[in-house]
Amino acid sequence: MPFDTPLLQVRDLHTTFPLRSALLRRTVGHVQAVAGVSFEIPAGGTLGLVGESGSGKSTVARTIIGLEKSQSGSILFEGEELTSLPPARMRQVRRHLQMIFQDPYASLNPRATVEQIITEAWEIHPDVVPRDRFKPEVRELLERVGLNPDHAARYPHQFSGGQRQRIGIARALALRPKLVICDEAVSALDVSVQAQVLNLLADLRSELGLAYLFIAHDLSVVRHISDQVAVMYLGRIVETASQQELFAEPIHPYSQALLSAVPDPLPWARPPRTPILIGGDVPSPADPPSGCRFRTRCWKAQDVCAAEDPALELRLGLHPAACHFAERRTDLVAR
Amino acid sequence: MTAEPLLSVRDLRVEFSTAAGVVTAVDGASFDVRRGETVALLGESGSGKSVTAQAVLGIVPKPAGRVTGGSIHYDGRDLLTLPAPAKRELRGREIAMVFQDPLSSLNPVFRVGAQIGEMFRRHRGASRKEARAQALELMRRVGIPAAEKRLDDYPHQFSGGMRQRVMIAMALALSPRLLIADEPTTALDVTVQAQIMDLLARLQDEEGMSLVLITHDLGVVADVADRVVLMYAGRVVEAGPIREVYEHSAHPYTTGLMGSLPAIDGPRERLTPIQGGPPDLLDLPSGCSFRPRCNFADQLCADEEPALLDAPGRPLPHSSACHHSGKVLSDAF
Repeated sequence: MPFDTPLLQVRDLHTTFPLRSALLRRTVGHVQAVAGVSFEIPAGGTLGLVGESGSGKSTVARTIIGLEKSQSGSILFEGEELTSLPPARMRQVRRHLQMIFQDPYASLNPRATVEQIITEAWEIHPDVVPRDRFKPEVRELLERVGLNPDHAARYPHQFSGGQRQRIGIARALALRPKLVICDEAVSALDVSVQAQVLNLLADLRSELGLAYLFIAHDLSVVRHISDQVAVMYLGRIVETASQQELFAEPIHPYSQALLSAVPDPLPWARPPRTPILIGGDVPSPADPPSGCRFRTRCWKAQDVCAAEDPALELRLGLHPAACHFAERRTDLVAR
Repeated sequence: MTAEPLLSVRDLRVEFSTAAGVVTAVDGASFDVRRGETVALLGESGSGKSVTAQAVLGIVPKPAGRVTGGSIHYDGRDLLTLPAPAKRELRGREIAMVFQDPLSSLNPVFRVGAQIGEMFRRHRGASRKEARAQALELMRRVGIPAAEKRLDDYPHQFSGGMRQRVMIAMALALSPRLLIADEPTTALDVTVQAQIMDLLARLQDEEGMSLVLITHDLGVVADVADRVVLMYAGRVVEAGPIREVYEHSAHPYTTGLMGSLPAIDGPRERLTPIQGGPPDLLDLPSGCSFRPRCNFADQLCADEEPALLDAPGRPLPHSSACHHSGKVLSDAF
């Protein structure tokens, strides 16, 4: 692998789901959940993927790890094309690509002990940890994620929500992955526990050199953990930049609206923000608007927005955004 | 303010029988809601905030749960001792509620316009035609686009945000004097959340009603609430005007919550979370329930449960249930 090859490279990814009629189960149309998404993540880097429901951010994650099949586009992991990989090779590569899910309880087998949950992966990949090292390695992993190593024989229901998420993290780390996909990994947790898990994820990143694809709807959380940020809307990335730039100078109207809608716990301490209230809801991905997909909710929309799909390209000399009328705005958050 | 509060909850106690034993979900909670005021009832899982609201509305799940102590005075009358018909009348007309999940609170087989209109037909004896006209008017007020076309749609034809608007329209139908909204935006996307909070604040202002916002999200209520009541393990741990409480927290739980929030601007700093997990109501520690997670905890906290007292040196009304509130205040600044 050349030195500068990104760890993960996603190019023009499309993932569609068939829409079937209730009666005859005939395919009556398609939902383009992911409609041409490209990004890359360097080794040890963190890309935050933000968007609301229906944006396709979770489908991107599921397509990368092979839970959904892509329709077109490419997914290169360490330069190797995943979409056409033979299953045997895919299993080997998947070792380095792990996922942490939103609901730790639903993603942990309730009938397995913590030790069984963690060692299951080693049974499948015997080269990672030899059997006689299982017990000490489990203890070390539990300690690393902040759980009591003496609790290895307990079952998931004996833990709190935050602790269960730590079990999910320990399981993801068991195979010493290079990339961990966190799909709303902290959104179901109480604020006080969420902060603990965010700190843990940051520590693990620096200790183990992990890269994250961090998917979340909470902008403050994404800002906190990401190097790069991509904003998704209806299956497309509408803006992408470094964390610093995206939050300081968002130029796509949707990013601006999202940022302006972030609840501020200390609104009195800063100059008043300009609220941008966008109307309506996200349109159905089964029937996206022509041209710019955001135009039905956009206060800047003109005829050209319906006619021409704006490309995600460098605008205003700042960073890529998919808007015909990209514009600087610095009144959204005080700095 | 000298006027009598619209809602006055005193020493409320609600217990639940579970397979593992009796749980005290609300343990002596007291707070007031004045006329025209917006109060945020804030807490994480197991804090008792939702059960408190259920007690006010008389919908504590039975037979597992029951109110075992305290009083809930609404406009001078105790809701806990009022005869059932009078209670129903009050709770139907004057106290309304909006829930987190509007789909489960709407009847899936009736058209939305008819469900809103039903409020006028049942409580005001309106004719079908009048009820329909008033439902339309309400749908417009809560910002449902093309309301006349949507009157005859069913709940599943509405998006999450629009359903929440329908729920708010139903809650407002009888011009309640008190609206209780339990996590009204938790299930919604952030841009839709902003719309709904804006709508609630506007309606509260127009109607002059009192609004109780139950939430786990410190940020969502900062702009709209006048006062905040923080709950932990069934007790009120801190209360006061929201800016005063957020900027000069006098309880370590509140400071811990603030330190747990990633900022949306300024430098990125390591979060300072609260240690440990949410309280186990079946196995609460002696004294202060928060003490296993608290950096200030000492022997006094184990021996004596702290009362909700005035925060030392802070303008009133600001109260905190912490033996070390003075130290918490001085440590932060």
